[in-house]
Amino acid sequence: MKKHLPWLLSAFFALWVLAALRPPRPVGAFQETEFGRLPVVLNGRVQPFDSVARNSLLQIRARQAFAEVTRPDAPWWNPAAQYTRLSATAWLLELMTRPEQADQRKVFRIDHPELRTLLGLPPEGPFYHAQAELRPHFEEIEKQARQAGAQDPAQRNTFQKAVFKLFQNLVLYQRLKSTLQPEGTTNFLAELRAYQAALEPGLAAVTQHEAGQPHDTAALDALVRFARRFEALSQTALPLVVPPIHPETDRDAWANVGASLMETLVTRQIHPAVLAYAEMADAYARGQAEAFNQALARHQQWLAAKGLDREIAKGRWEFLYNYWRPFYLGTTLYVVAFLLGCFSWLSPDRGGVWNRGGYGLLALGLAVHTAGILFRMALEGRPPVTNLYSSAVFVGWGTVALGVILERIHRDSVGLVMAATVGCITLIIAHNLALGGDTMEMMRAVLDSNFWLATHVITITLGYSANFAAGFLAIMFVLRGVFTRGLTAPSRSTLTRMVYGILCFATLFSFAGTVLGGIWADQSWGRFWGWDPKENGALMIVLWNAMILHARWGGLVGERGLMNLAIFGNVITSFSWFGVNMLGVGLHSYGFMDAAFFWLMLFVASQLALIGLGSLPARHWASLRETAPQPAAAAPPKAVPARTV
Amino acid sequence: MPVERLVRFFSSLKLTVVCLALAVVLVFVGTLAQVKLGLYEVQARYFQSFFVYWQVPGTAVRIPVFPGGYLLGGVLLINLFVAYFTRLRRHRPHVGLLLIHFGLAALLLGQLWTDLAQRESVMRLTEGETKSYSESLRRSELAVIDPGDPAVDRVVAFPDDHLRPGAVLAHPQLPFTIRVHQFWPNSAPVRGDTNATPQVTEGTGLKARFVPRPPVTTTDERNVPSAIIELLTTSSPATSLGTWLVSDWLLEPQAVEVQGRRHLLALRLARYYKPFSLTLFEARHDKYKGTEIPRNFSSRVRVRHPASGEDREVLIYMNNPLRYGGFTFYQYQMAADEAVRLRGQRPSSTFQVVQNPGWLMPYVASTLISVGLLWQFSGHLLGFLRERRRRAAAAAATPSPQPQTA
Repeated sequence: MKKHLPWLLSAFFALWVLAALRPPRPVGAFQETEFGRLPVVLNGRVQPFDSVARNSLLQIRARQAFAEVTRPDAPWWNPAAQYTRLSATAWLLELMTRPEQADQRKVFRIDHPELRTLLGLPPEGPFYHAQAELRPHFEEIEKQARQAGAQDPAQRNTFQKAVFKLFQNLVLYQRLKSTLQPEGTTNFLAELRAYQAALEPGLAAVTQHEAGQPHDTAALDALVRFARRFEALSQTALPLVVPPIHPETDRDAWANVGASLMETLVTRQIHPAVLAYAEMADAYARGQAEAFNQALARHQQWLAAKGLDREIAKGRWEFLYNYWRPFYLGTTLYVVAFLLGCFSWLSPDRGGVWNRGGYGLLALGLAVHTAGILFRMALEGRPPVTNLYSSAVFVGWGTVALGVILERIHRDSVGLVMAATVGCITLIIAHNLALGGDTMEMMRAVLDSNFWLATHVITITLGYSANFAAGFLAIMFVLRGVFTRGLTAPSRSTLTRMVYGILCFATLFSFAGTVLGGIWADQSWGRFWGWDPKENGALMIVLWNAMILHARWGGLVGERGLMNLAIFGNVITSFSWFGVNMLGVGLHSYGFMDAAFFWLMLFVASQLALIGLGSLPARHWASLRETAPQPAAAAPPKAVPARTV
Repeated sequence: MPVERLVRFFSSLKLTVVCLALAVVLVFVGTLAQVKLGLYEVQARYFQSFFVYWQVPGTAVRIPVFPGGYLLGGVLLINLFVAYFTRLRRHRPHVGLLLIHFGLAALLLGQLWTDLAQRESVMRLTEGETKSYSESLRRSELAVIDPGDPAVDRVVAFPDDHLRPGAVLAHPQLPFTIRVHQFWPNSAPVRGDTNATPQVTEGTGLKARFVPRPPVTTTDERNVPSAIIELLTTSSPATSLGTWLVSDWLLEPQAVEVQGRRHLLALRLARYYKPFSLTLFEARHDKYKGTEIPRNFSSRVRVRHPASGEDREVLIYMNNPLRYGGFTFYQYQMAADEAVRLRGQRPSSTFQVVQNPGWLMPYVASTLISVGLLWQFSGHLLGFLRERRRRAAAAAATPSPQPQTA
């Protein structure tokens, strides 16, 4: 049994990962899932409605779905019954078709204390609020947001940032309401029919009016009324939901409903997609599932008939990606692998069942992580790292891959625990970075180079991975050495060799990445080196690693000194990765972040504390106490040159 | 023996480690300082200097507090050469290490060469415009133009470092000398009374008023200098011909007539003339559908070199510069989107023009280093794997009770 347990465990989790690929079961008679797969254009790229909904909810509510406690008296053994849940797509459908109902949903997350007092909200309690609750304060919110907006983003204080964000979220929310029809419309389909009927007489009246002939003023006025209304709609509606009518000539000619209806003045035919969406909206608002599903099917057929297969496929695959959530699955696997790795040290049966179970899950986690990255690459048509979010995912991936290799060689749970820790932390960082909205946004012109993204960015990011791997191995050396007796002389020398080897790898990749970056800069800005903050960050990593290696070769540091230097490498790497973006200067800073600053400082403080721990004299180390010299003979053990190069 | 001690000091690994650690600190501090001082000031103060100075507040006393980039780089270079000739040479030569370190030396020296010889300027063209010069964004010049010849203008230009208050500028081609009263490296116009700069007796300065401003720190702003100058006759004793305000803010040069010849005065960006010209045909700024994210910047230009008779069209776009005649033209800034066209302005495009004779050095150096690093670390890896195989074979021969310590 013991022999098979790790296999069973891995198989169980593998099934769990695969089961997550199953499409969601429909909640009601409406084919919301199919609706969620429909392709639209937002942020300059084709994506399914589901992505629009999830990314908007992430910005507004910091979650990818809606949930609210509506039945607090539900039985304790069934806590799920307390909640009313809506998928992101269902929430968006409600917002677009039944806005007055959606306005009662508590979706706006407001947690800044001063902002809460400004809005008259209680300081404690759930931080989610409905649009209807905020309505009386719109004027104040707008006034404050304008004041904040007048400030340079880098100079805004936390209150200003919070109120500005809330204002932006309210605007986003309002604009989403007008995606399919003007807000507050009850029967848009009837209105469109009236528009179609008014078109010919109205346009005839326009021609006569321009020629100075007598004309039908009523017909002209009716058309002008429609045109005004749709012009306003074209300004507010956000996602471009109407596909190009002639994709064979211009595949990029997506439009929002308002713009498409304005084009109708020229084409004289309302776009079939506008009619289909109006029908879906009406049917959804009235609760007529049959009619909704029919209109949806008709729109799908139209898309297919127009040969928009690529867009349809993009919508379906991205929906699956959103639904599968590979990085969430990976995080869970890493947590379990971490626990199993720790158990393997605590249990007397070391290197046995726990270790093999953990190793299996780590490998499974890496497989899911890899699949997620490949999935993203296929959706984006880009190399894996394109922004800060994907760099976090990739740094984690690199470290886990290194950890799996180490664990395969040594089988002592060291690589396992290191990889699970870093993998988990980086995926959590990525999750928080995703709160900014769409993580697959288009690349700015200067970064739009798959060649350099694939070479410079990948090598630099792998350099980060290796530095974190070395740093976290060093942390394990310190923690195990100081607090447990488990760090025996052979495992000390194994760890030292691991850290040394990985530092060599890190130096190689950081240096190569920095040089490639210099070449890119020379190619696009005309200077190999410009002392730009991001370049400086990379240079600091290279210099620091070079320093560690020289100190080691010169015998200036022993095992513990090497570990402390490697831990400080974590500080330098995290500064290079995130810190320079917080300076807000330079060509590279792709996003100013502030909550992150707090976490960065916390991380730096924790690393300094660990270095402090690692600098304790040997007699305070549980694992070294016996071999350490007595305080009377307080000479530290002479550092031994590690190797001749 | 002091020489021996000196050699030992300069060849020690300890010195390497200390210099590298100091370099990390220097780069870190230099990066943080950019927020306040801006990129160019930091480069000059921290990286292109021997010492970082601290100015005692309220005084002009400057105390060196930290080694600068040149000092650290220089010491590391000496360290490398001394170590090579004393220590490393005695051991068996490591090809990998040798390549890495001499590649690094080449990289450092190449950077020094670039620092000393690179010249950066910009060329801004509106659609249809032709220019045969680029302009510096950080240097200015006082130009005296003699437009007498209809074919060519004769220009005498004084670089801004000559424009010190009190300096008297003369040139054999000029029928007058120029005395500098004021020079403000950065200035701004202010609304207010007429003739607010009381010394000025002639020209636009009678109506416009400028005040000095602190130099800019960010890379996307630039200094706009102004100066107050007095023209004097060359006869002795010299008599004043009047005092002018010249400023880069003024779009048109000011005319002055001396001995019956008309001259134009202008304080303008320093110009670098080229033996060829560029004409901008079309500037394009594309955005992704429904967003403000730039998708592409590109400029279609015509290059004409009268001496060689060359005349052709080139497309310059992001990540695709034009290398021509020892200069490189990069797409730098662009004002060509919808908003510009709606305002009725002509679209324009700005190129960064870089002249760097040492541009190949980093490529050579990094190739050397990369080969060296691969050599070195693949050697390590192979050694490690061989060792493992040997141990595994040994373990198979005598079963070990502790497999995890392998």
